[in-house]
Amino acid sequence: MAGIDYEQKIPNNVNLSSDVRLQRALEKWQPDFHKWWMDMGPDGWQMNDVYLRTAVSTEPGGWAQFGYVKMPDYRWGIFLSEQEKDRKIGFGDHMGMPAWQEVPGEYRNILQRIIVTQADTEPASVEQQRQLAKTAPSLLDMRNLFQVNVEEGRHLWAMVYLLQAYFGRDGREQADLLLERRSGDPDKPRILDAFNQPCPDWLTFFCFTTFADRDGKYQLAALAESGFDPLSRTCKFMLTEEAHHLSVGETGVMRVLQRAAELTKQDPNGDARAQGGIDLPTLQKYVNYWFSYCLDLFGSEISSNAADYFASGLKGRYKEQELWADHVALEGSHTFKLFKDGAFVEEQVGLRNAMNELLRVEYRKDCERVVKRWNRALEESDVSFRISLPENRFHRRQGIYAGQHFDPRGEPVSAAEFERRKYEWVPSDEDRAYVGSLMKPVYEVGKMANWIAAPNRGIDGQAVEYEYVRV
Amino acid sequence: MGTVQRETPIASFESHPSRYRHWKLSFDGAVATLAMNIQEENGLRPDDYLLKLNSYDMGVDMELFDVVTRLRLEHPEVRAVAVTSTIPRIFCAGANILMLASSTHGFKVNFCKFTNETRLEIEDSSRHSGLTWVAALNGTASGGGYEMALACDEIWLIDDGNSAVSLPEVPLLGVLPGTGGLTRLVDKRKVRRDIADVFCTKAEGFRAREAVKSRLVDGSFPRSKWDAGMADVMKRAAAKNPARATQGVPVPALTVERSADGTEHRYPFVTLKVDREARVAHLTVKAPTTPAPADAAALRAEGCNTWSVQAFREFDDALCHLRFNLDTIGVILLHAEGDAANVLAHDAVVLGNKGDWFADEVRFLQSRVLRRLDNTARSTFAVADEGSCFAGTLFEMALACDRIYMLDSKGVQIHVGEASAGAFPMTHGPTRLAVRYAAEPSKVGEVLSIKQAIPASQAMDLELVTFAPDDIDWDDEIRIAVEERASLSPDALTGMEQNLRFVGTENCDLKIFGRLTAWQNWIFQRPNAVGDNGALTLYGHPERPKFDFRRT
Repeated sequence: MAGIDYEQKIPNNVNLSSDVRLQRALEKWQPDFHKWWMDMGPDGWQMNDVYLRTAVSTEPGGWAQFGYVKMPDYRWGIFLSEQEKDRKIGFGDHMGMPAWQEVPGEYRNILQRIIVTQADTEPASVEQQRQLAKTAPSLLDMRNLFQVNVEEGRHLWAMVYLLQAYFGRDGREQADLLLERRSGDPDKPRILDAFNQPCPDWLTFFCFTTFADRDGKYQLAALAESGFDPLSRTCKFMLTEEAHHLSVGETGVMRVLQRAAELTKQDPNGDARAQGGIDLPTLQKYVNYWFSYCLDLFGSEISSNAADYFASGLKGRYKEQELWADHVALEGSHTFKLFKDGAFVEEQVGLRNAMNELLRVEYRKDCERVVKRWNRALEESDVSFRISLPENRFHRRQGIYAGQHFDPRGEPVSAAEFERRKYEWVPSDEDRAYVGSLMKPVYEVGKMANWIAAPNRGIDGQAVEYEYVRV
Repeated sequence: MGTVQRETPIASFESHPSRYRHWKLSFDGAVATLAMNIQEENGLRPDDYLLKLNSYDMGVDMELFDVVTRLRLEHPEVRAVAVTSTIPRIFCAGANILMLASSTHGFKVNFCKFTNETRLEIEDSSRHSGLTWVAALNGTASGGGYEMALACDEIWLIDDGNSAVSLPEVPLLGVLPGTGGLTRLVDKRKVRRDIADVFCTKAEGFRAREAVKSRLVDGSFPRSKWDAGMADVMKRAAAKNPARATQGVPVPALTVERSADGTEHRYPFVTLKVDREARVAHLTVKAPTTPAPADAAALRAEGCNTWSVQAFREFDDALCHLRFNLDTIGVILLHAEGDAANVLAHDAVVLGNKGDWFADEVRFLQSRVLRRLDNTARSTFAVADEGSCFAGTLFEMALACDRIYMLDSKGVQIHVGEASAGAFPMTHGPTRLAVRYAAEPSKVGEVLSIKQAIPASQAMDLELVTFAPDDIDWDDEIRIAVEERASLSPDALTGMEQNLRFVGTENCDLKIFGRLTAWQNWIFQRPNAVGDNGALTLYGHPERPKFDFRRT
């Protein structure tokens, strides 16, 4: 592989052309990545031109170069946000010391675990979504899907760069394993449960990008605070791309809502399903399901791992510097409302052990803002239905409420009642089958499937009626 | 900070399958499946800790002890045991850390010793009862979870990209994998010592591929092939050894009467009577009062009610009570009462029927109880006086003691029997008689050839007893010896006794007690583990440990 022009082939700002060790690692990994992409990336469409955005530098504007690209030719690059001079560790026991430019031996294993866990979600979501293009509701949506997919691929690159550049042989092995695990494979599942669930339809996709990718945003934000500078810089840059994925999800759900409102009004009985659309109550159930599922991704409310990560300066809080005054967090506590022996009781937990929950609190606030925007759209559509988020206790599989039963308002219910009323709250197999039955592809330029409204505007200043994928 | 450390009194060391809370034991022909199913809210101190992730406490281990006992006695048809978990992705996370951190030093040490003894019993049942133990790790086995697996003959780990085996004690808790982990890694499984060094400092451990390569496990299957693969493994494991028998003997509950103040425990054959003020316990074993069973079949018919089983089980139970619930008692005076001939007759039917599965199991059980006595950290004096009957297995108990006092008086005799000829090796291999005559090995045979009772003067000549005062001095000698002993530093005595008892070379089992446990108990006392800033103290707390980095 001698004589490769690395700068051209792999856009980067990490001096790849002069880093022989990294070159050697990537030379081995890159073909494997391409093979993985062909095997596990979008099923079909790999030879079609897609109007994609590519990051070629971290300069303003450099991260968003638009043009037609065949996905396998996408230039997956390695970018870290610019280095902050004399950056100090901003929290935890090492606060005030210079940020680590190399992996501190003491934290090597947990740091590697944090990175691998984050990295594993990136290829996982590509795998989960690989069949979706076959039922794309429009070319614009198909393009958005592919944009999300290639960028998740780039995020994988970013994480693999960290593993290969900083974690030696072990890191290289972990990088290889990231391409070996498969979403939903019983033998080689992805690490986190939510990333082993299938993504069979576009409503799921929009909910997933709204809620699961938003978890990603908060995880990346917490890691952007890291005292390990390369991780911090990598995550900061990834956050700019993640924002796009969130907006694909949010606007996707919004367009489904808008269309649902229209069809509800059109139908003499106010039944959007009768008009071949997705009805608002079904949408609410998807929101309930995915929001509660994604709350689990933050980990247990009370966690000694989270305390360790904070204490050691590896993972901070959301906007650690802006939102918090005390960055040591040994004083103070967080109050949890536990449900014990049939009654709610409050329990104080030291702040450090509540770090997962503090991140979840910020996440919920963000989700509330999204729901507000959705409801504004419903208001404008002149229907009375409003979307709401279930309480954090609802339908949890992990943490302090796992194994207990609450309705979406967070009121305790018996296991029997939960079982009886479950499908008032989360999608039943029937609901899923119905949504699935609507998933028919629309490949005509500018056209939308019946169950989704057209977006307000196109991509990169182009019209909605633009050939975003050349079919 | 200062975590409150609590005592954990244990009302009973017995269990029964109908009462298991934490294990599911099922049988399919020659294969038994023992699944960890730990109920997190059913720990011994549920207000202090939850047994999350299949982590265990003493309650869990007492049930395991019961399982092993019953597999040996009640299920001779079983040839292989699969140890697994009912919780997806988790085999076992080892001893519960909050439980350890909130326990007194004495409880921690006793808990670890008991768990070690149970793991050794698993290996003993493999060695002697032909049970093949297979750890079927269907999820992560960390710390004591992997140590449990190490006690098995084979270890299989699911290859799901996630599940790992690990010994994270050093990097996470600042203590040792003290349930045989370090020892079995290198001595039993022959993991290369440098690889073991890497493994023991890597908290997250090794997953299947690496674990197989390093000999940490014997093999692996991916999730989709796990059930079928393990079924084959178990079939092969069961075919290794013939079944011992088709019909077992039931293990009944022990009967014990306790005085209201807790100072007296009366079992049918054993009495434990403590004098808290003097810090002395009198532990008395009664000889059988009924004739010995005529042959192996008759022995089997008596089952666990035969003296050789019942008296030893009672003795075992009393030792556990002493260890856990009577921690201020420093000296145990061992007495034996009754007819020596009856003891020898009962011994004869057990020892004379080697090869009969039940007679063998009785011997192994007695052997285990004797080892528990060797390993009990109290000063033990056997007291042979009027009406005593230190004969055969009971003389073997006396040999396990730190000293033997024998009244020099007509009619007071001891009787060395077949029991001292090799049926009951110590933890590290040699017999107690060989240990006694380390300087003159030829004396072992000489003493064994004496078939009749031995009076005090001859016992002194043969160096079988420590002191033989006459009746004028006797009471005072005993009183002074006990008072003196009870006044010495209990820590120094524990260390001294453990060093003097195990004469000869070390083996893997002895290393677990003599090296691993001893170091662990030192570490358990050190500020780096249990001080306010110690790793064990701070585990689960927001602060990180601060070590005193000076090394010796």
